[in-house]
Amino acid sequence: MIAAPVTIPYVRYSVESAQWWIGRALKSLVETAGIAPRDIDGFCVSSFTMGTDSAIGLTQHFGLCVRWLDTIPLGGASAIAALRRAARAVQSGDADIVACVAGDTNHVDTFRNTLENFSRFNQDAVYPYGAGGANASFALIARNYMRTFGARREDFGKIAVSQRANALRNPHALMKAPLTIEQYMTARPIADPIHLFDCVMPCAGAEAFLVMREDTAAALKLPAAKILATIERHNAFGNDPVQVRGGWAMDVGELYAMAGLKPDDLDFVQTYDDYPVISMMQFEDLGFCRKGEGPDFVRQHDFTIDGSFPHNTSGGQLSVGQAGAGGAYLGLVEALRQVLGIAGPTQVKDARVGLASGFGMINYDRGLASGAAILAGPAS
Amino acid sequence: MIEPITRPRRKNPLLRTRLPASPPNARSRTAHGFTRAAAEGRFVLQRCGTCSAYSYPAREACPACLSADLVFVDAPRRGTLLSETTVRVPADVYFRERAPWRIGLVGMECGPTMVAHLHADCQEGKSVVMSLQLDKSGQAVAFAHPEHETANMTDDRQWREMTADPKFRRVLVTNGRSAIGQEAVAALKAAGAATIFVGLAEPWKPFRGEDALRTLQGVEIVPLDVGDEKSVSDLAADIAGKVDILVNTAEHIRAGGLLARRTSVVRDEIDQSYLGFVHLAQAFGPAMRMRGADGVNSAAAWVNILSVYALENWPAYGAYSASQAACLSLSHCLRAELRPGGVKVINLFTGPLDTEWFQTVPPPKVAPRVIANAIVSALKNGLEDVFVGDVAEDIRQRLAANPKAVERELGA
Repeated sequence: MIAAPVTIPYVRYSVESAQWWIGRALKSLVETAGIAPRDIDGFCVSSFTMGTDSAIGLTQHFGLCVRWLDTIPLGGASAIAALRRAARAVQSGDADIVACVAGDTNHVDTFRNTLENFSRFNQDAVYPYGAGGANASFALIARNYMRTFGARREDFGKIAVSQRANALRNPHALMKAPLTIEQYMTARPIADPIHLFDCVMPCAGAEAFLVMREDTAAALKLPAAKILATIERHNAFGNDPVQVRGGWAMDVGELYAMAGLKPDDLDFVQTYDDYPVISMMQFEDLGFCRKGEGPDFVRQHDFTIDGSFPHNTSGGQLSVGQAGAGGAYLGLVEALRQVLGIAGPTQVKDARVGLASGFGMINYDRGLASGAAILAGPAS
Repeated sequence: MIEPITRPRRKNPLLRTRLPASPPNARSRTAHGFTRAAAEGRFVLQRCGTCSAYSYPAREACPACLSADLVFVDAPRRGTLLSETTVRVPADVYFRERAPWRIGLVGMECGPTMVAHLHADCQEGKSVVMSLQLDKSGQAVAFAHPEHETANMTDDRQWREMTADPKFRRVLVTNGRSAIGQEAVAALKAAGAATIFVGLAEPWKPFRGEDALRTLQGVEIVPLDVGDEKSVSDLAADIAGKVDILVNTAEHIRAGGLLARRTSVVRDEIDQSYLGFVHLAQAFGPAMRMRGADGVNSAAAWVNILSVYALENWPAYGAYSASQAACLSLSHCLRAELRPGGVKVINLFTGPLDTEWFQTVPPPKVAPRVIANAIVSALKNGLEDVFVGDVAEDIRQRLAANPKAVERELGA
């Protein structure tokens, strides 16, 4: 079971450290769950900005005494991976209550430093080419996708504009102004065809949840959601010359079989939206339409909270902000709120089951890590 | 198609000179396999010795079979431009000042996909030809060229960042008295150099080719005796701020080894070759480093002409070889110190020249004109290490195979 969705509201820049943000998330977790820090016996953390710390250093920092520990450096796929590993840990009895936390700070020079020190392939073969972070790499993927499958900027724009509409209902979203398709189309170009509103805003923040067995949740009287199915895949389809699909496509059949559901049965979907093109790719790879039909799928659906395909109901990273590794958790934590019926202003009516996905680590020319999870609330 | 660049106007002396920025220069140790190839103008990729698969970026194990036997080998250059982007808002200062900047994904015919800088005439979906270049940080980058020659091709803005093309640049050739100096002047002029300053020590002494040199348009004779520190600094005070390319053609060659010669001969070689280089570097280097980003005619390159026996002593010219080895070592120091300005240090390694100081040496010998053409070619292609002629290439290959054998054989 997954419980206690926690979001520490984001800020654009923070003078605090990543450890500060992670500490706030832990505090909020124990308050939300009504437990003491000593009740946490498993701890999993993801962050780009902890400096030399990893999960072990943080145990002493936060006074945690745990018997299961993990640091997950999978960027946007960290939340799904954390959920999977933590669920196996509580299932096998290695831990009873696992705190999964992702948090990052954002100093004025954090983003540039992260870019410079991202990975060896990035250092050797991407960064020297003036790639402004991931923008240029995703521009190359987006342009190839547009040419191959006939996607237009308007289609990407529809995703971004819908998410902004959702974000306006989320008090924690950093983006507070409405976005029109005209504003999207005429925005400043960043790396053709990527324009300003295709990009997430790096920020500081933290997200967290608890993983435990059903009996533990019941004893704590904690509202919790069932993990119906999860998948995880890394470096899939390495021979595609340019990325047109992610690892989901390799395991999507197993995802729905495990859950005993069809894509149509889902009440909402939270995709990993570092760029709208990646969300469109996931509509295909997660089984909502066939490869190449993403643009048409987007044209046929309404992605707002009350629409025909509620998508990234919090506003997603595009409109809430990307708090480093916290961006990986944003969709999953929002999905948890949705199926628990506690999403408040962004609540999808009668949401019982939903999907959240992750995608991350553009090591060289493509995103390597991918995963997805289907959650079911107590009402299902 | 590329618009031809135009000759820059005279610089406004009231404007601040923009300081050079460098593109990101961190590389893994293994990735310097590309740096080595780029320095010589070769295109290499890692190829697996076990399963023959090519791979990129630089790896420690083959992604097809996990063999550690990855070797940098000359590789097929052709590929297809799969996707491109124009980066308009880069994160780092160097590219921000040069934005918009075009890059792309190239699918190589031999397998790997490469992120590459693009020549402006590269078109999506079309064939391209890849090269490895040294960027302004002196590190290797992939550069995609159109398959066929296009109009004003070498004037491409991104290509010129990789090269030190003499077109519209001002050059100092340090010794106009020698055949190499005069041939270099002619070749640089033909390559479009705007002004060529030609150094002359003791100008009252007549020499062969003097009349032709003095009547050439765009050539300015300047007093320069590289062995004399004051002469060098006096000239630098006049022109260091407008020397974009410095070609050190100073030569002082005497036959003989160590035991049969007087110390004064050895000292002369050190004074002229090594200390001459020191004087030039200290006088001109700082100004060149400052002007590495100064527009179309920014400071761009420093060229040394070294004997290939700098790499392994040839006892028949033993003390001379040692002076050349000293210059080679110093050139690497200068290269490191000029790198923040994006100014390349190019070393041409040559075998015996077809000049009077190698009169008794049997052929093959290198004609001065061949050296001059190699200088221009190295500048236009942005090379760093160039081996000119058959003897230099022979020594290079033998040194790569077994340096001890070269030592014994040269001393036989």
